[in-house]
Amino acid sequence: MASFSEALITAAGLIFSADAALFEIIGLSMRVTLTAVGIACLVGFPLGAALAVFRFPGRGVITVLVNALMGLPPVVVGLTVYLLLSATGPLAPLRLLYSPTAMVVAQTILVTPIIAALTRGVIVELAKEYDEMLRSMQATQMDTIGTLLWDARFQLVTACLAGLGRALAEVGAVMIVGGNINHSTRVMTTAIALETAKGELAVAMALGLILVLLTIAINASAFMLNNALEHQAYA
Amino acid sequence: MLDAKVIPLGAPSPRMKNQWSVMLEDVTVLRRTRTIIGGVSCQLSAHGISVIMGENGAGKSILLKAIAGLVQPASGHVRIHRNVAGRTAMVFQTPVLLRRNVRANLNHALKIARLQQGEARRKRLITLLEICGLNAIAEQPARKLSGGEQQRLQMARALASEPKLLLMDEPTTNLDPRSTLALENLIRSTSQSGVKIVFVTHNLGQAKRLADEALFISQGRLVEQGEAAPLFLNPRTAAFHAYLDGRLLA
Repeated sequence: MASFSEALITAAGLIFSADAALFEIIGLSMRVTLTAVGIACLVGFPLGAALAVFRFPGRGVITVLVNALMGLPPVVVGLTVYLLLSATGPLAPLRLLYSPTAMVVAQTILVTPIIAALTRGVIVELAKEYDEMLRSMQATQMDTIGTLLWDARFQLVTACLAGLGRALAEVGAVMIVGGNINHSTRVMTTAIALETAKGELAVAMALGLILVLLTIAINASAFMLNNALEHQAYA
Repeated sequence: MLDAKVIPLGAPSPRMKNQWSVMLEDVTVLRRTRTIIGGVSCQLSAHGISVIMGENGAGKSILLKAIAGLVQPASGHVRIHRNVAGRTAMVFQTPVLLRRNVRANLNHALKIARLQQGEARRKRLITLLEICGLNAIAEQPARKLSGGEQQRLQMARALASEPKLLLMDEPTTNLDPRSTLALENLIRSTSQSGVKIVFVTHNLGQAKRLADEALFISQGRLVEQGEAAPLFLNPRTAAFHAYLDGRLLA
């Protein structure tokens, strides 16, 4: 308990002293995570909706694959991206290894299947309800997907938050492709791993608490905003 | 016990001859192995309101969905006259409205119809709100409206595509008399504007109020068809006679 209370005091100290290093780490964490989740939403929403609406050969296989990829091990993704971006890899000329961009790539790969699979689940149900109405309006498939995504927007926030949670908590992949370089690729989770390895458990725990508080704050904001907008939109 | 038999249909009246909007040729619709519609052949007149009547489960709604292309017949053909083909819209018994307000629902329908752009679309939206009496509730969430308001919105949405053929599946079933009257007035004015309407109901009073042409379906088969007024006066089959008398069909 002593180390836990010590961690609380350290966390409060880090926050209230406006520790520059801490805010740099938080800033990079948020930048990498939000970019990855943003890209994953751009890909995952239409992909999930397409899997829900379109009928094509192999749809079942792709659906199973996307669902399975939700449990993709981060270290495997990290290693794969590492091999692609390393000096001997096919994407070496891009010189992205150990950069925030590489971390965004790894996180996007991890988060996209989560968002796509959850989107598919939401859209499948809504599509059943809207099917005859949209067909009777002679809506094109693009119209249909657009309509379903927009009308499912409040439920899709949950998919987005699930992706955000995964990305914020992720350490294995970003550690491998980012390298945890101070002032360059160090994020909350890699900093926690480093402090733990150094035996600075109070600092590690303090960083962990801040990460948890950050996650709660983001989720609470999204929840309140979603509720307010949802209340305006429909019963 | 009255037996609903299929009888040869009478010759079409001179006014209706060679004038049709929808032609059904031996249309059969199956659900799994059960026959819902069994070999229905008929032509619906080109103008006015054709009312399809029948008891619950007779196959009226499925027939309407077959005309709308929402249900695929197991055999036979549904032909839509070139004058109305591609310009059909449907109003459902239970409205499915978007999770948006009234204005956004209509705007969505107008966008999908792709008939107007920009200012013209905005003007059309205002016109539709006025025609269907939705102006006062334009900013309200569609799913919070009363049943009558939801049906008027559904009607407005259908009219957004400027249909030539409007298919309506028991749209007043869950409405009170006042809302029913408002919707019926809207249906009449829409018909008078030149839109062909095919209307499904099991409400005999409503059928008599609206029908120019009447069809009676029983157990998935077309039993009677003809101009409404003479048909209501002189039903040709025992089944339709019983239906008009309000007697129960076994």
